[in-house]
Amino acid sequence: MNIMTEKSLDDAVNAEMNARSNEIIKMRGDKVTVHYGDKQALFGVDLDVRQNQVTALIGPSGCGKSTFLRCLNRMNDTIDSASVGGKITLDNEDIYDPKIDVVELRARVGMVFQKPNPFPKSIYENVAYGPRIHGLAKNKADLDVIVEKSLQKAALWNEAKDRLNEPGTGLSGGQQQRLCIARAIAVAPEVILMDEPCSALDPIATAKVEELIDELRENYTIVIVTHSMQQAARVSQRTAMFHLGYLVEEGPTDKMFTNPDDKRTQDYITGRFG
Amino acid sequence: MTDISLDTLTTSAARPRRDIGIKKRYAAERRFRLYGVLAIAVGLAFLGVMLTSIISKGYTAFWQTTVTLPINFDEKIIDPSNKRATDPNVLITANYPKIAEAALIEKLGIDPNDKAEVRKLKGFLSDSSRVQLRAIVAADPSVIGTTRNVDILAAANLDSAFKGQIDLEVPESRRKVSDQQVEWMNKLKAEGVMAEHFNTGLFSYGASSRPETSGVGVALIGSFYMMVIVLLLALPIGVAASIYLEEFAKKSRFTDLIEVNINNLAAVPSIVFGLLGLAVFINFLGLPRSASFVGGLVLTLMTLPTIIIATRAALAAVPPSIRSAALGLGASKMQMVFQHILPLAAPGILTGTIIGLARALGETAPLLLIGMVAFVADYPTTPFDPATALPVQIYMWANEAERAFVERMSGAIIILLIFLMAMNIVAIVLRRRFERRW
Repeated sequence: MNIMTEKSLDDAVNAEMNARSNEIIKMRGDKVTVHYGDKQALFGVDLDVRQNQVTALIGPSGCGKSTFLRCLNRMNDTIDSASVGGKITLDNEDIYDPKIDVVELRARVGMVFQKPNPFPKSIYENVAYGPRIHGLAKNKADLDVIVEKSLQKAALWNEAKDRLNEPGTGLSGGQQQRLCIARAIAVAPEVILMDEPCSALDPIATAKVEELIDELRENYTIVIVTHSMQQAARVSQRTAMFHLGYLVEEGPTDKMFTNPDDKRTQDYITGRFG
Repeated sequence: MTDISLDTLTTSAARPRRDIGIKKRYAAERRFRLYGVLAIAVGLAFLGVMLTSIISKGYTAFWQTTVTLPINFDEKIIDPSNKRATDPNVLITANYPKIAEAALIEKLGIDPNDKAEVRKLKGFLSDSSRVQLRAIVAADPSVIGTTRNVDILAAANLDSAFKGQIDLEVPESRRKVSDQQVEWMNKLKAEGVMAEHFNTGLFSYGASSRPETSGVGVALIGSFYMMVIVLLLALPIGVAASIYLEEFAKKSRFTDLIEVNINNLAAVPSIVFGLLGLAVFINFLGLPRSASFVGGLVLTLMTLPTIIIATRAALAAVPPSIRSAALGLGASKMQMVFQHILPLAAPGILTGTIIGLARALGETAPLLLIGMVAFVADYPTTPFDPATALPVQIYMWANEAERAFVERMSGAIIILLIFLMAMNIVAIVLRRRFERRW
């Protein structure tokens, strides 16, 4: 019933947003469906991701928000049973086009995972790995610069500069997650996908990562999946609400948290379900 | 607030409980622990009995009795007609045991013309003196006509008697050494001429019908060739197969079938692999019999399932988050496997490989079928030459009746056990050292 209304509302919001010249659509999902074997996980999701903004995906567990996120850099390809339908574009290019090199796509659309997952190598090697396999550095000096810049952008340089050769797994949980962000930044992506990046962190580490996300917005487009309503409210400019594989509604974060159009969003935000 | 919750706790704790037989439960647990301790004790006891029996029988094999004699390289015996300059065969066919015997006769102060006494000396020194003295003369013909001290091996029976392994209470007619020989032995021992030395020959000699000159030399080389072949073939093939199955192959009926079959292969009795080797490698492909190359191939087939299972387990133990991290950075699947997964799985793979190798090293049955149970006296220079293997050598010595062969068999078992233990210790150390926990 409200798919229609959502649609028209979306369009209205889009029109309003597009009116502002700095709001470019970076990625666009068009009727995205995902099946895991016989089970359908996403039902025709239309969602735009705007450049240099943080888009938060919220919703109860199993609603498809992580599935959608993993479609954006084709990480679902790694699951044998998953099949993706519809169309997803990055800068108006279909990323599921057979001509697209998935390796290059993942370099352009980086990802940070729920659990910090640094490689069991040194901090330096963790950050340097991406640039190395993508040939981003001509020599060691170049690589050093990339590593330093990435760690600085991930607000980890001051803590890590004296221990670059120590294993990344020896850092604290929050530092590990920032290391993973630095690792993602090092390959110079355009979009960074974050799948509940703070769910394994304590409040102080969470605050640091959130601050970092806000800073990163200047240079990157960010899509973040989160279970924390407060986090979505704090870091994102736009929020999309998923439920049972459908996109319930999407809009500016302020509006979503104060005056949502859909009752389910209202109920979820106020903690009545989920 | 705290008071109230404490109150409710105490009241709930004070509620009467059903009798659920705590005493019975505790008794059952105590009984179970006792069974466990008993089971371990029985296992350790058997191990202890086995090791004690092997070591007590086998440690003497590492010592060998020799008689140090001033050998006179008498020209009259070696080259009576003085033709050695023209006929090289003279030095090869000369009667070397005779000069050793002459030296012994002189040492014991027996009248060389007393035939009866001299006959009693038969079987005192090992016939291997022929080979030993010939080697000395061949290396330096100028030694002829001079006298020098040489350690001559005592014959196996005298060696056994010297080590106190022959019961002298038994009537003389029913034992292998005569009273006269024992008397001479004691005399030479008192003079310090006859003594035990570390038995290097056990490691260097090949097969021989004389226990004192038989050793595991050929078997060691054969086993070494086979281990190298198994390592070179089974490790790359096994690891490649596991990586493909674990990381690349889509799960399907077919891969399930392969997996079931690999697990079944690991349980196939080794003698079946021996039959397979006989039918395929020797009869069909025409590879040489008794060769360590064929043995290596058969053991490779046997070890492959072990290595594949261990490698797959090691690969599966690498957490999926590492895979996601690598793929998320834009690494290709090959890069992910070879730069991240494989290094992390390497300790597990190595451990599995070493344990597989250790199993192959101790394997006997398949080698019997491909003819490695052979009398091989010469070192195999290539893996295609006839050879034996350590466990097969043990098997062959176990078939011999002589006391000295039993001793050597136990000695060879000790050598094999030391190799196996060393390999297992290396595997454990590797696992401890590089094991990573997530």
